[in-house]
Amino acid sequence: MLEIKNLHARIGDREILKGLSLTVKPGEVHAIMGPNGAGKSTLSYILAGKDDYEITEGEVLLNGQSILDLTPNERSVAGLFLAFQYPIEIPGVATMTFLKAALNSHRKAKGQDELTTPEFMKLVKGVAERLNITSDMLKRPVNVGFSGGEKKRAEIMQMALLQPSICILDETDSGLDIDALKVVSEGVNALRSPDRAFVVITHYQRLLDHIVPDIVHVLSDGRIVRTGGPELALDLEKNGYAAYVADAAA
Amino acid sequence: MAAVKETVDHVLSIDVDKYKYGFVSDIESDVAPKGLDESTVRFISAKKDEPEWLTEWRLEALRRWRTMDEPTWARVDYPPIDFQDLHYYSAPKKTAGPKSLDEVDPALLETYKKLGIPLKEQEILAGVEKGDRLVAVDAVFDSVSVVTTFKAELAKHGVIFCPISEAVKTHPELVKKYLGSVVPVSDNFYATLNSAVFSDGSFVYVPKGVRCPMELSTYFRINEKNTGQFERTLIIADEGAYVSYLEGCTAPSRDENQLHAAVVELIALDDAEIKYSTVQNWYPGDSEGKGGVFNFVTKRGDCRGKNSKISWTQVETGSAITWKYPSCILRGDNSRGEFYSIAISNGRQQVDSGTKMIHLGKNTSSKIISKGISAGRSSNTYRGLVSIGRKASGARNFTNCDSLLIGNKCGAHTVPYIESKNASAIVEHEATTSKISDDQMFYCLQRGLPQEEAIALIVNGFVKDVLQQLPMEFMVETQKLIGISLEGSVG
Repeated sequence: MLEIKNLHARIGDREILKGLSLTVKPGEVHAIMGPNGAGKSTLSYILAGKDDYEITEGEVLLNGQSILDLTPNERSVAGLFLAFQYPIEIPGVATMTFLKAALNSHRKAKGQDELTTPEFMKLVKGVAERLNITSDMLKRPVNVGFSGGEKKRAEIMQMALLQPSICILDETDSGLDIDALKVVSEGVNALRSPDRAFVVITHYQRLLDHIVPDIVHVLSDGRIVRTGGPELALDLEKNGYAAYVADAAA
Repeated sequence: MAAVKETVDHVLSIDVDKYKYGFVSDIESDVAPKGLDESTVRFISAKKDEPEWLTEWRLEALRRWRTMDEPTWARVDYPPIDFQDLHYYSAPKKTAGPKSLDEVDPALLETYKKLGIPLKEQEILAGVEKGDRLVAVDAVFDSVSVVTTFKAELAKHGVIFCPISEAVKTHPELVKKYLGSVVPVSDNFYATLNSAVFSDGSFVYVPKGVRCPMELSTYFRINEKNTGQFERTLIIADEGAYVSYLEGCTAPSRDENQLHAAVVELIALDDAEIKYSTVQNWYPGDSEGKGGVFNFVTKRGDCRGKNSKISWTQVETGSAITWKYPSCILRGDNSRGEFYSIAISNGRQQVDSGTKMIHLGKNTSSKIISKGISAGRSSNTYRGLVSIGRKASGARNFTNCDSLLIGNKCGAHTVPYIESKNASAIVEHEATTSKISDDQMFYCLQRGLPQEEAIALIVNGFVKDVLQQLPMEFMVETQKLIGISLEGSVG
């Protein structure tokens, strides 16, 4: 589903990814953990196509198709979704309007007709309810004045609406209290399916208690330095990253 | 709903070749020879079969105009205009005046159809109501009003809505009393020029205590090559009356610059309210700045009576040069003035626009919300005056000017003037300048929106406060228009 091969990337003259490889199969949930500055967020931005980075080597395939030459919106409609660590505010644009524009862009790209307003409302209401998103929140401008928990729930709502094949969650647990973490995790778990995969980027083990990964990777200094099962996350939680960072440096 | 639907469909059908209105329909016209002198003015006056007093009024304006200089204080730059190299009158030829649409030149109707003007709409013409409101269209084709619909319905309420040339004949006492009473003959260079050569425009009179039963709307269109268009509009709301007036315009594209110098005068008497909305999308010139309309307009409302209210809402996306300051004179005690503006400039457009709120009466209040969006290599200036007179105790003003920049080759300027001669006045001014952030763009793109749609969405959010002031028909159209106006603004 997602194949990253020997990816090298830099911002300015600083190399951030130094030969990262990762293969994610349909239905799998991968967790990527690592210390600050390891390149976790960079990886998510590069996959989504933010243009601040220069790819110097390697390739990224989504369902067998190279995506590095695609624009961010082309990657989106190809099935890649990024849940932002810090969702962006868009003043004056109602969340509902934004959702409709996004969904219709996807439908248009697939040659489908736009949804009628009643169809759309029905769809959104169903998804929003499961995530405790009120209709008042849908009327408010995108992420403006949202609490940390509301922002993350809104991200998962968008994910549920757009039905991506690969979901990248960038530090989705940051800024969440334990109740919000539960709601968000349940939202994600509800989307798990044999033809959808997740890459969960996180700093802490606690998210992985709720979204249980199949495979855990340790990212350090722009490379994956260790891969294991869910127990690896527990080990990291107990012993910290120091040992792995030292490995990478060695 | 059909009118709205058709408008929406029409706007939707405007695709990437941005300016589809670039056609010239060939209707034989009656054109005045080039140049401007007494004989031109007499020619126009005679064409319109005007009474002697109006001819004299025009001639007086011409005499004043000859002593005046073009204003140069605006932040706009254009080659000198040779005022002797323009036609000052053109009118579609007609036999007798058309009594119905059937009698109107089919080529003219075809033009309207291309523009998507709802004049042709059977429902409207048949008088089908949209909710509890109706729309009446007084279509202005070049200079002469061709068809006025709904006159009968309006007449029932005593509302007069007709070409000003007709009002001169049918209601001379009203025209004589109010014409030039808000914008005096020698007010400014362009207004004075207009006074000398104005061709036609709309006249509205809403009698005492009448709430005009429908939105009044006029579509202006410049059509004749090299013809300056000099509209003159006069709207009077008598005591306790209410009227909402919509003005929307398009013009065909061509290389020569076209001069447009309109004058709009609004008069609100005691307890009256006038709401005036404009969507202006005239040809802005090509990407090199060639062609495009020069829009030098004087619009002013006089809150003459106590508790009166005048509200200007404008969406300015077209024209190569816009020089326009819809203003309110708050003369009556407790009167209120409002100005809501969206000004979008792209390519090489130059906008210098804003408002004047002149507080003269007691407890007068005014509100200014201006949203300027500049893209491409354009220049966008807000210029506004809030003036509190000596006797205007308890006056209040709130001003909010926001500028949004798209790209790094455009400019936004805010030039607010505040003068207060009364210590009890409260004047507030807020201003911001921002750019569409890369993060906002990336976020929208990540959700699948193409770049231009993302920009349109973000800009529509930026102007939301003003959009909400527009009548429903215009709001939907305007949202689309914003997207169209900003095409090619990045990348």
